Amino acid sequence: MSDTASTAKQPAEAWITGIGLASSLAEGLDAHWQALAERRINVDDKSFAPCVVHPLAPISFDQQIAKKGDQRQMEAWQRIGTYAAGLALDSAGLKGNKDVLSRMDMIVAAGGGERDLAVDAAVLNDQAKGNAGPAAINERLMNDLRPTLFLAQLSNLLAGNIAIVHGVTGSSRTFMGEEAAGVDAVRIALARIAAGQSDVALVGAAQNGERKDQLLLYEFGDYNLKDSYAPVWQRAPKGGFALGSGGAFLVIESRAHAEARGAKPFARLSKVVADLSHRKAPGDITATLDRLWTSLGAPKSNTAIITGATGAEPATAEERAFLQSHPGMPVRATGTMFGHIMETQFPLGIALAALSLSRGALFPANDPTGFETETTEQPNQIVVIGAGHWRGEGMALVEAIN
Amino acid sequence: MTATRDKFGRPIVAVTGMGVITSLGAGLAENWSKLTAGQSGLSTITRFPTDGLKTTVAGTVDFVAVDPFTSTDLGERLADLATEEAISQSGIGSKGDFPGPLFLAVAPVETEWTAREQLAKAVGGDAEIDYDALLRVGGGGRFAHFHRRFLFGSVADHLAETFGTKGSPISLSTACASGASAIQLGVEAIRRGETDAALCVATDGSVNAEALIRFSLLSALSTQNDPPQAASKPFAKNRDGFVMAEGAGALVLENLDAAKARGAKILGVIVGCGELADSFHRTRSSPDGKPIIGCVRNALADAGLAPEQIDYINAHGTGTPENDKMEYLGISTVFGDRTPSIPVSSNKSMVGHTLSAAGAVEAIFSLLTLEHQRIPPTINYDVPDPAIPFDVVPNKARDARVTAVMSNSFGFGGQNASLILTREPLSH
Repeated sequence: MSDTASTAKQPAEAWITGIGLASSLAEGLDAHWQALAERRINVDDKSFAPCVVHPLAPISFDQQIAKKGDQRQMEAWQRIGTYAAGLALDSAGLKGNKDVLSRMDMIVAAGGGERDLAVDAAVLNDQAKGNAGPAAINERLMNDLRPTLFLAQLSNLLAGNIAIVHGVTGSSRTFMGEEAAGVDAVRIALARIAAGQSDVALVGAAQNGERKDQLLLYEFGDYNLKDSYAPVWQRAPKGGFALGSGGAFLVIESRAHAEARGAKPFARLSKVVADLSHRKAPGDITATLDRLWTSLGAPKSNTAIITGATGAEPATAEERAFLQSHPGMPVRATGTMFGHIMETQFPLGIALAALSLSRGALFPANDPTGFETETTEQPNQIVVIGAGHWRGEGMALVEAIN
Repeated sequence: MTATRDKFGRPIVAVTGMGVITSLGAGLAENWSKLTAGQSGLSTITRFPTDGLKTTVAGTVDFVAVDPFTSTDLGERLADLATEEAISQSGIGSKGDFPGPLFLAVAPVETEWTAREQLAKAVGGDAEIDYDALLRVGGGGRFAHFHRRFLFGSVADHLAETFGTKGSPISLSTACASGASAIQLGVEAIRRGETDAALCVATDGSVNAEALIRFSLLSALSTQNDPPQAASKPFAKNRDGFVMAEGAGALVLENLDAAKARGAKILGVIVGCGELADSFHRTRSSPDGKPIIGCVRNALADAGLAPEQIDYINAHGTGTPENDKMEYLGISTVFGDRTPSIPVSSNKSMVGHTLSAAGAVEAIFSLLTLEHQRIPPTINYDVPDPAIPFDVVPNKARDARVTAVMSNSFGFGGQNASLILTREPLSH
């Protein structure tokens, strides 16, 4: 198990002081809160039929990426992420603050690899028609690939674009590895702040879910939700997820750093833990989540749970078993409203937890099966869960600052 | 027993195991002997047809067979081999039970042509092939192995299971600085007291047609294909680009006290790590060199060393006109009048640019430099560039007294990372 605990000295307290969200529902915090209150869901079951996706809500990228030239250099996932990162910096009151940005840590959880579908198809058709020699692919790729496409494919170029557009340059680290990358990005950012290795960090992720090449990767494993939409808890026994487009970024900083600049916190990020179960036997995921829960510390009263449960099986059934063994806490599955945003799902969960705590209420349940229950109690702490569709388990404890 | 700390009160991070594989060969011994003999591992590409390509040279690792070839499978196999050597040298833990986390620098994974071609065959008939057709045949479990293979986390998942590392393994990319970043993450975890040991691995098996073409389209690669051994010319006036290469490096990092307590041999110490991102451009460095200068200074500050205390620089030295010029600007600004008298050599002249693996491969070569007190040369240095008056240790290895090495790594996307390594813990 990976733990943020430091034995060196009293760890520094870490606050979430900035949140940036752009998704299929909306962009910005008020619009998201409103969409959640209305139990809104934005799905498209036509454009990628039979696959269902959650398409990005209309967004004016100019608001955060002023130069059209910069926008042109990016593919959709980078534009979404750079946009959400800008919102987070705005939210923290740090946009344009060169002194802080020049020493701000950045950890991005990224996928990447957007392909030129037409070029791929042309190569494959050449080969299928038997009129292509072994080197024909060279000619196609040399002539047809846009030179700058590579930079839109490289995983670390979301961070690179955020540095260019927003000036975050203290450090630039990109973690890869699907859902777990999102967990570890937040875990390492917190560990660095808690240990005094850093004062302030920008952490987050983004995905463009409206991509056939991305759908293909998950189609190999039969993970795509098909034909018609269903909420996360209603997908068993077959299971599956609908990819979502979106980005979620957080500004996390030490309490001392935040107070010194008069920043107002949304919530405290108290702990992040993660593990890798090799998932050999039924019950392995449940057991791993149980261990993470214990290491997170016993929950106090008024605890809620926000989970990034994917809907993929058996992971979601095992997570459900874990949740059922810890009853009495209202649960919210972000996948129902946002779709599965992969690396972004865990930062998104933390963002919604911090937002809920700062607004003194958990957003409504959105689950016809009744597994998610309504609550009128004001949450004091929210546990965020991320169990990957194939690998990776993580949890975070987010607490209210009174 | 009092804990040994550095001058900032942090645990000291020792290296107790190393493993390396490059186009020069497998293992520390073969690599070191060829590196100090000034041999090149670069060759004309035979793995795939190179018709119509401007660049036909690379540092492929052809003596490790992967069938069918994918870059991800090769990268994974190279990582396995380097890690086996490192853990064996370290003697830490037991087989399949490494007592600490994994930090893996790995090229971004994506579904490769082998997969698309198999799918296209499954579509069959005269049907037009597009992604809708591929999606129609992709499911049903027949190609489930492609999902496992082409997940970004797949190589780390394999290594974590094989070597029994603890916790959630981190796969990272900071482009051509990735190997250095993996080491930095390990150093930080040990300094935080989270763990007494960390496995830092960096690997790259990227030489396939599309990857080569991508770099070629950015005009990053040398086109001086003949003879291939002379293609990589860091710091020379006639340099014209880097040469793609494959390899892996693995390091076992340990808290010095824990390593000594179990009687491990200390191979070296990572005394400082620095990083700083560049916001100027996606592929070019800021013309004022400030991010590189800041990165180098951050590494010195993290180590608590003055520039005067560095006596060898293992350069990033890719052999692109841009990189080498900017690296000179950065180093000469920090090291001032002393610059011409510091040996600065580039391993890439011999092994090419091992991309995601380079930072770790070159950190290992830096540690071997400290162990053997011998500096590997920069080969193919026949036409000095008057704009870069480094002592590049031209063409022949040199015996020298070396106590502290700086190893630099810079990458696309404004990535800069520097490590400082010593043979012994610094006294303070």
